[in-house]
Amino acid sequence: MPGLEDLYREIILDHYRTPRNRGELPTPPARLAVGHNPLCGDEVTVYVDVEDGTVRDVKVAGQGCSISQSSASMMTQAVIGKRVGEVQSVVRRFKAMLSIDERPGSPGDPATDGADGADDTGSVKGDGSELGELEALRGVVKFPVRIKCATLAWNTLVEALDAPRDPA
Amino acid sequence: MTSTVTDLTARRADFPLLRREIDGKRIVYLDSANSSQKPESVIEAMADFARTSYAPINRSAYRLAAEATDAYEAARSKVARFVNAPADDEVVFTKNATESLNLVAKAWGGAHLRAGDVVVLTHMEHHANIVPWHQLAAERGIVLRWIPLTDHGELDLTDLDELLDGAKVFSFTAMSNVLGTITPVRLLVDAAHRAGALAVVDACQYVPHNPTDIQAWDADFVAFSSHKMCGPSGIGLLWGRACLLDETPPFLGGGNMISDVRLDGFTPAPVPAKFEAGTPPIIEAAGLGAAIDYLDGIGMVDLRRHEMELTEYALSTLQQRFGDDIRIHGPRNVEVRGGVISFEFRDIHPHDVSQVLDGDNVCVRAGHHCAKPLMRILGVAATVRASLYLYNDTADVDALADALDRAGDFFSI
Repeated sequence: MPGLEDLYREIILDHYRTPRNRGELPTPPARLAVGHNPLCGDEVTVYVDVEDGTVRDVKVAGQGCSISQSSASMMTQAVIGKRVGEVQSVVRRFKAMLSIDERPGSPGDPATDGADGADDTGSVKGDGSELGELEALRGVVKFPVRIKCATLAWNTLVEALDAPRDPA
Repeated sequence: MTSTVTDLTARRADFPLLRREIDGKRIVYLDSANSSQKPESVIEAMADFARTSYAPINRSAYRLAAEATDAYEAARSKVARFVNAPADDEVVFTKNATESLNLVAKAWGGAHLRAGDVVVLTHMEHHANIVPWHQLAAERGIVLRWIPLTDHGELDLTDLDELLDGAKVFSFTAMSNVLGTITPVRLLVDAAHRAGALAVVDACQYVPHNPTDIQAWDADFVAFSSHKMCGPSGIGLLWGRACLLDETPPFLGGGNMISDVRLDGFTPAPVPAKFEAGTPPIIEAAGLGAAIDYLDGIGMVDLRRHEMELTEYALSTLQQRFGDDIRIHGPRNVEVRGGVISFEFRDIHPHDVSQVLDGDNVCVRAGHHCAKPLMRILGVAATVRASLYLYNDTADVDALADALDRAGDFFSI
């Protein structure tokens, strides 16, 4: 089996021990969504404050394993200050890195790439931007059960962006 | 390695999967509360039945079909005897224990419960004994009440009679799949009956690990499964009092469950066929029969003694080696708990603990164990759960402890 070091890279453990942007935002003006991992019972709440099409702030509350918490922490850093369209692009590229892409034949599709397809960084670099330290989570692909952990906050962020501004 | 007094170590060799090695290391299977491994005799019985005796049951006149029907019914008799049911025909084959509990809630409950009727559950129930009742509550407005827990993970029976007052059903587990707690079934059944309520027992965790006497319990319905007691998945059990099964409408409709079908309606078959619509798990029934033979060969009294000793060894080993770094849930006294050990280790998330343990082939479950209400009461999102069975030994417990040491090292700051 792949070594634990493939999964638990130092930068992941760092974000797990010292999560960035933990907490809550007042709603409104922020919007929120709650995500569950039915497998392990983890629950995250993602708050996102969008102003004039730009993500001004993101905060994450809840609990989870090192992979879900570090992924959430890195996600906040990757999306704060970006236009919503850019955020959606980062989400897409992040999920493609984890071989989650519904489009058949896409670079991240394991059916066309094989199990090691995600190692081909071309699919990520292809549209001109790097995922930066998020690439540390690439090793999760070798532990398929944990992919849901890594994507929990991301899927919840997408839901929060789609949520109505006033939760009431 | 310390051996237990009731040494079943040799039994490990009966389980082919446990002879497998991954990365050159033996498998330490500590997830039997989830599902048990299968002995060679069960695997062989199923394969042999499929090779030599398989045929559809209950509907064809040729000898092979009669033989298969006899084998299916022989398995029912074995189940009845194994749990001391008064009559073979009170044993219903289902898909799994979840379906058994759904049958009680939806078919019996659907026919007999009205808006405002009270069903009492406990805080340590598996989702299978919660969700069907929630569904009935949403559908027709039954009311749920809950028996709480004590600080050490037993049922808090202080207000038992008050909570049962006016209830129509009391449905509870005989052994918690998270805490290992063994509940005082007969006492609870008596309390239910005093209140005029039916007693439904989820014995899924209990039956595979303890001598079971349904008549001594005096319960009304008892649900359990095959796959947790060395038998195959795909077949579950429901025992019910004949008079209650008679007054329960069929759960699923189709072939096998009818006496007559006309253009204007149908007449259901007698129990148990009434609840066995469609082609049942025939090969699985043969496997379940072999599993019961296997457990009988060991003896449930000895099996329970082995697990008590091993649970004691596990509880004391983990406590001694990890002290305050480990928080074990459930009763400390092995007289009232089975070999189900849920815990948190340091502040490492259970998912991460189990990931490191898997590196040493130590198979545990990490998660909410289909008991989210209980998890919330315990104040955790998830726990690590190591669960023991007849094929486990002290070496397995030591391997768990060693792997926990490694997890601690790996995540230390």
